[in-house]
Amino acid sequence: MGRQFSFILALFSFLHSSSIFANEAVGRSNLNLRAGVTDISHQVFDLHMTIFYICVAIGIVVFGAMFYAIIFHRKSKGVKAANFHESVKVEIAWTIVPVIILVVMAIPATKTLIAMEDPSESDLTILVTGSQWKWHYKYLDHDIEFYSLLATPSEQIQGKWLKGDTYLLEVDKPLILPTNKKIRFLMTSDDVIHSWWVPDFAVKKDANPGFINEAWTRINELGIYRGQCAELCGKDHGFMPVVVKAVSESEFNQWITDKKAEKAAAEAEEKRLLAMNMTKEDLMAEGESVYNGYCSACHQPNGMGLPGAFPALVGSAIVAGPAQDHIKIVLDGKNGTAMQAFAKQLTLKQIAAVVTYERNAWGINSGELIQPKDVHQLMQNQ
Amino acid sequence: MNTITQTAPTHADEHHHGPAKGIKRWIFTTNHKDIGTLYLWFAFIMFLVGGAMAMVIRAELFQPGLQIVEPHFFNQMTTVHGLIMVFGAVMPAFTGLANWMIPMMIGAPDMALPRMNNLSFWILPFAFLILLSSLFVEGGGPAFGWTFYAPLSTTYSGDSTALFVFAVHIMGISSIMGAINVVVTIWNMRAPGMTWMKMPLFVWTWFITAYLLIAVMPVLAGAVTMVLTDKYFGTSFFNAAGGGDPVMFQHIFWFFGHPEVYIMILPAFGIISTIVPTFSRKPLFGYSSMVYATASIAFLSFIVWAHHMFTTGMPVFAELFFMYCTMLISVPTGVKVFNWVATMWRGALSFEVPMMFSIAFIVLFTMGGFSGLMLAITPVDFQYHDTYFVVAHFHYVLVTGAIFSLIAATYYWLPKWTGVMYDIGLAKLHFWCSLISVNVLFFPMHFVGLAGMPRRIPDYSIQFANWNQIISLGGFAFGLSQLIFLALVIKACRKKGDPVPDKVWDGATGLEWEVKSPAPYHTFTTPPEIK
Repeated sequence: MGRQFSFILALFSFLHSSSIFANEAVGRSNLNLRAGVTDISHQVFDLHMTIFYICVAIGIVVFGAMFYAIIFHRKSKGVKAANFHESVKVEIAWTIVPVIILVVMAIPATKTLIAMEDPSESDLTILVTGSQWKWHYKYLDHDIEFYSLLATPSEQIQGKWLKGDTYLLEVDKPLILPTNKKIRFLMTSDDVIHSWWVPDFAVKKDANPGFINEAWTRINELGIYRGQCAELCGKDHGFMPVVVKAVSESEFNQWITDKKAEKAAAEAEEKRLLAMNMTKEDLMAEGESVYNGYCSACHQPNGMGLPGAFPALVGSAIVAGPAQDHIKIVLDGKNGTAMQAFAKQLTLKQIAAVVTYERNAWGINSGELIQPKDVHQLMQNQ
Repeated sequence: MNTITQTAPTHADEHHHGPAKGIKRWIFTTNHKDIGTLYLWFAFIMFLVGGAMAMVIRAELFQPGLQIVEPHFFNQMTTVHGLIMVFGAVMPAFTGLANWMIPMMIGAPDMALPRMNNLSFWILPFAFLILLSSLFVEGGGPAFGWTFYAPLSTTYSGDSTALFVFAVHIMGISSIMGAINVVVTIWNMRAPGMTWMKMPLFVWTWFITAYLLIAVMPVLAGAVTMVLTDKYFGTSFFNAAGGGDPVMFQHIFWFFGHPEVYIMILPAFGIISTIVPTFSRKPLFGYSSMVYATASIAFLSFIVWAHHMFTTGMPVFAELFFMYCTMLISVPTGVKVFNWVATMWRGALSFEVPMMFSIAFIVLFTMGGFSGLMLAITPVDFQYHDTYFVVAHFHYVLVTGAIFSLIAATYYWLPKWTGVMYDIGLAKLHFWCSLISVNVLFFPMHFVGLAGMPRRIPDYSIQFANWNQIISLGGFAFGLSQLIFLALVIKACRKKGDPVPDKVWDGATGLEWEVKSPAPYHTFTTPPEIK
């Protein structure tokens, strides 16, 4: 018995040291929930462990009794079967006892739930909008907004490059949040239902198109926290991570200031672009990167689409037809389909570049160049 | 009126009523045993088809990155795997058992509505032909998950959605007809003296299940019809822009979907309550409390549906209501488990193959019940929801629950059906291979789920790589193990084995053991007398 036990212990410590049970790079246990970095997430973790231990205890009693019977009440041991088969007292007992355990469990669960569902008196409000397949964050108190896209290169996904430590859990622009502030999230969606989830905050809330949901968090520790979309939202559901960077209040304020300056500079740049023409090389280079970031998930990197699901651009009437219609569909999207309106997602320069790219890539070579001012003009006319 | 044709039955007449020859026997049959056999074979074929899709899923998830299939096809696999296993494998298998066993258990000559019985089976293959053909439509088959949440299944789905909708309609019609048949048979055709509280538990659980089916299958039909009209006829049931609500879809779906869960497990409870007393050589402990527990579970199943939807943004009082009701379900379910253990307690146990699967059922189903209780706790459910923890939970209750009970039932009654004992060595091999591989397959899913792996993703971050590899290996092993079962059943059907007596198991009770082995084509043409 003792030898067996030490063997199991050795096996366990071996497994524990191996990478199956923990991942250094993203600081996560690979076996259990994480306690997280908020008061609520700690409460949730405690609830999880409590109910888990209760289940283990019940399991030991029930399975213990069953395996005792299996070992000692065997026909092969010459046991004669008893004949009892009814007892109202016993039935009542094993109805009442579980009810008591459940009530004991329900009390802390109710308290935590009520706390989780109270987003009042928040310091900061973020509007989180899901769309296929990216997140958009809008700081309602600061007039700052941006999209957050998967940053893992497709070469890693296709297995051409080695996968990084934060494979599929990295974005170009993380959501920046201050610590020790009550942050309210408003969730909604532009298309299908998504679900915004950061395990370390114990926040998971569906983003429903046409409706707004609320959630909140107060982060206690600086750090980078990673999560994913949790509701099946179509083809690239597995490729829309959530990354939150929690910074100190002063750093957050600095970031807001920088972001505002950046925005002003971008607006000035837009104005400058309206007065000049970009070269074909610049447009094509910019266009390719925008295409791969925003368009290739559906229309595919080779522009051939997925027959029946997403139309091909090569040979499409819109790409071959007048540039105006092409720009319009990129700006406004197409109702009733997965084609989104990119007017608010991309800058004038990006739209001009991507349309130019689509009209000149994959052997189409129309030679047409679309300039930011063409896009601007079309938007003004609408 | 017509006295001329009123002649006493002769030997020639009885002979005339044997099975027809060739394929016509199966197409035109109104015999409950033939139809039961058809259902069971159909379910097993669908189990293999759905299983093949699971193999595709596990092969893609064997390592991180996209290797074998595209994400769009991956989503079709998870969707159709779910639909086939629920509607094509588990439900028809239970209906097959109901057809075979209920008339024999209550001393009836056949099901009450034999022609409808034929129809309810024969529309099923067409439903699944339509569903499977949708995979070959341009743009691929349904890719929105078996739960087909709007608007992913409406505005954003491909045109195979229409095929999906009609396939589900046909499956629903088939289930409703099957359920009506069970209800009418049990109400009207019990042998004299077979009072309600003398009915075998398998009959009781199916009786209650049939009512659940009649209550909720029309709701599913309504849900798919609304999806169809939203997609093609300009309605806006689930579209906020037209005054609808996408979350309403989930309420309607889960109002069907939660009772559906119990549709797939209540007959399993009946099977286990039949097998455990047989091999404990002791009557079932707490027969009447088992009946009441089944009825309470059925009732509660109608008021817990929104526990699938805790993250959709319900008001807090609704979350509390559904949390309490869901926790409450563990009480009658616990009563069942306690009763099974009490039945075994101080019995004279032996471990024939049906008993082995039943014991595995009790342990593993209860583990699925524990994770279910954990999922009921709303604040923690926010962390578990839509992760592999949920996948682990429902596979424990459906595979090691429903499917293990179906396998146990087959090992229990197969000798009665074929008249020969199956290859026990193969059966034990099947048991141990299945038991080990199924746990390698599903147990680590708890870990990756808690560690944060969402469900329904074709690719995952590298921290989940090791466990997923182990899970996939378990999956392949479990899939292959079922081929042992196939070989064993074919062997038994070809009558390769020792003939068995009428009462195959010494501890068995019930009318089905009083007829010959193999069970004659017609049984209880004169009703037995039950004392």
